[in-house]
Amino acid sequence: MSMLYDVPGPRARRRVLISSLVGLAVLALLLLVAGQRLADNGQFAYELYEPFLTEPQVYERLADGLRNTLTAAAYALVLASLLGVLLAFGRLSSKPWVRLPATVVVEVFRGLPLLLVIFAIFLAFPLAFGIELSALQALVLGLTLYNGAVIAEIVRAGVLAIPRGQTEAAMAVGLGRGQVLRLVLLPQAVRIMLPSLVSQLVVLLKDTSLGFIIGFSELLRTGGELVQVLDNPIQMYVAVALVYIVLNGSLSLLASYLEGRQRRTGGTVVPAMQIETGMGQAGAPV
Amino acid sequence: MDAVLSNLDVFVRGFTTTVTLTLAAVVGALVLGTVIAAMRVSPVPPLRWAGATYVQLVRNTPLTVVFFLVVFGLPEVDITLSFFVSAVLALSLYTAAFVAEAVRSGVSSVATGQAEASRAVGMTFGQTLRLVVLPQAFANIVPPLASVFIALLKNTSIASAFFVFEGVQSMNQLINANGDAVLAILAAAAVAYLGLALLASALFGLLERAVTVSR
Repeated sequence: MSMLYDVPGPRARRRVLISSLVGLAVLALLLLVAGQRLADNGQFAYELYEPFLTEPQVYERLADGLRNTLTAAAYALVLASLLGVLLAFGRLSSKPWVRLPATVVVEVFRGLPLLLVIFAIFLAFPLAFGIELSALQALVLGLTLYNGAVIAEIVRAGVLAIPRGQTEAAMAVGLGRGQVLRLVLLPQAVRIMLPSLVSQLVVLLKDTSLGFIIGFSELLRTGGELVQVLDNPIQMYVAVALVYIVLNGSLSLLASYLEGRQRRTGGTVVPAMQIETGMGQAGAPV
Repeated sequence: MDAVLSNLDVFVRGFTTTVTLTLAAVVGALVLGTVIAAMRVSPVPPLRWAGATYVQLVRNTPLTVVFFLVVFGLPEVDITLSFFVSAVLALSLYTAAFVAEAVRSGVSSVATGQAEASRAVGMTFGQTLRLVVLPQAFANIVPPLASVFIALLKNTSIASAFFVFEGVQSMNQLINANGDAVLAILAAAAVAYLGLALLASALFGLLERAVTVSR
């Protein structure tokens, strides 16, 4: 029960019951209108669903697409984590000539649309370095730069959330700054930032779908190609959406489980919401 | 650099659309998101479930899939919208889930005693929310909302793949026409996005100072 209202008495219970029925009726009406609209346009015709039931090829193609999506996400996750830790260490450094460039990289890549970054990599790499990138490489690199910048902020917030005493004790026994960070702070910060990292993985997985724009055959693009043949856009894209929802939904559940466990044991967590989006926000994570 | 300066009008046209797209979607997402947040904190179970379902479904779907469903799905049921309106609709539907989360977490971050006190003096659910909780929640809602809307600004770039001539699309057009100035054009587009994001975050900073409750 929310704190916004009392435990309901008989009159309030009746009111809630009536509102519930009205609410249900309105929701049912909305669904009915949508269903009617779909039916009027023949969207429940068996042919539109038949390929999912009778064509094993549809599943093979979609599975290939899903495999490509997961491949891109896996590469990007590993590389972005490495880059993120590196950038976070850079921002936490005591030397201004390390801190400054790291800060600029983080702020710039967090502030740019990922699509622009991917386009830029795709176009600029051949020009600047004479290297032609495959669509997968451009996508992974773009995802790495953007998510690396975000993960850097998560790691930094995690490290800063560790009590000062840890640093002081580690320095007192003679560890250097780098050693303190690597051996004492980072291992403890992992617990704090794990929920946010898993939430960020959801963002990363969703962003792999941008691969369709540069011609990478991930799940969404594969769905689009199948629509060309099967001519069932609504059914196909809903099916694709369901795959994403199941994948990301499980990850979101894992994230909130981890966060709940962390809070139960009295630990702090990095608030995911503020970090995962946008730059230079007022409530900057510290 | 010449390619950028002599084609400034194309850039301006593109990024003007980026801004109008963002503002239109901000309005749409704010309205829908607030309704969903209200449903989620209401005492009526079916509304709570419906709100939670919407947020869960949309949050876990990529924006590009929402775009596909709106741009290619709606015409199948005889709803034809212009590409710009489709983009606004897709962006609003998607962003509303995040707005709802920001509003809800803002509401639940108001101290419990505030709502209890209002109930103790006999206020109804609506009065508690309208007169006591929301004014205080507003200060907590603005910072996460700023992040959501800056993300929305960046997300409008996806509309470029769905036939809307916005910032990225104007960049692509210029790159196709000026193969010798690709890097300058890319840099200009990046600066434009960073500038808009900085402007937005400065405006939200002002708003935040204005709504902070002084105690």
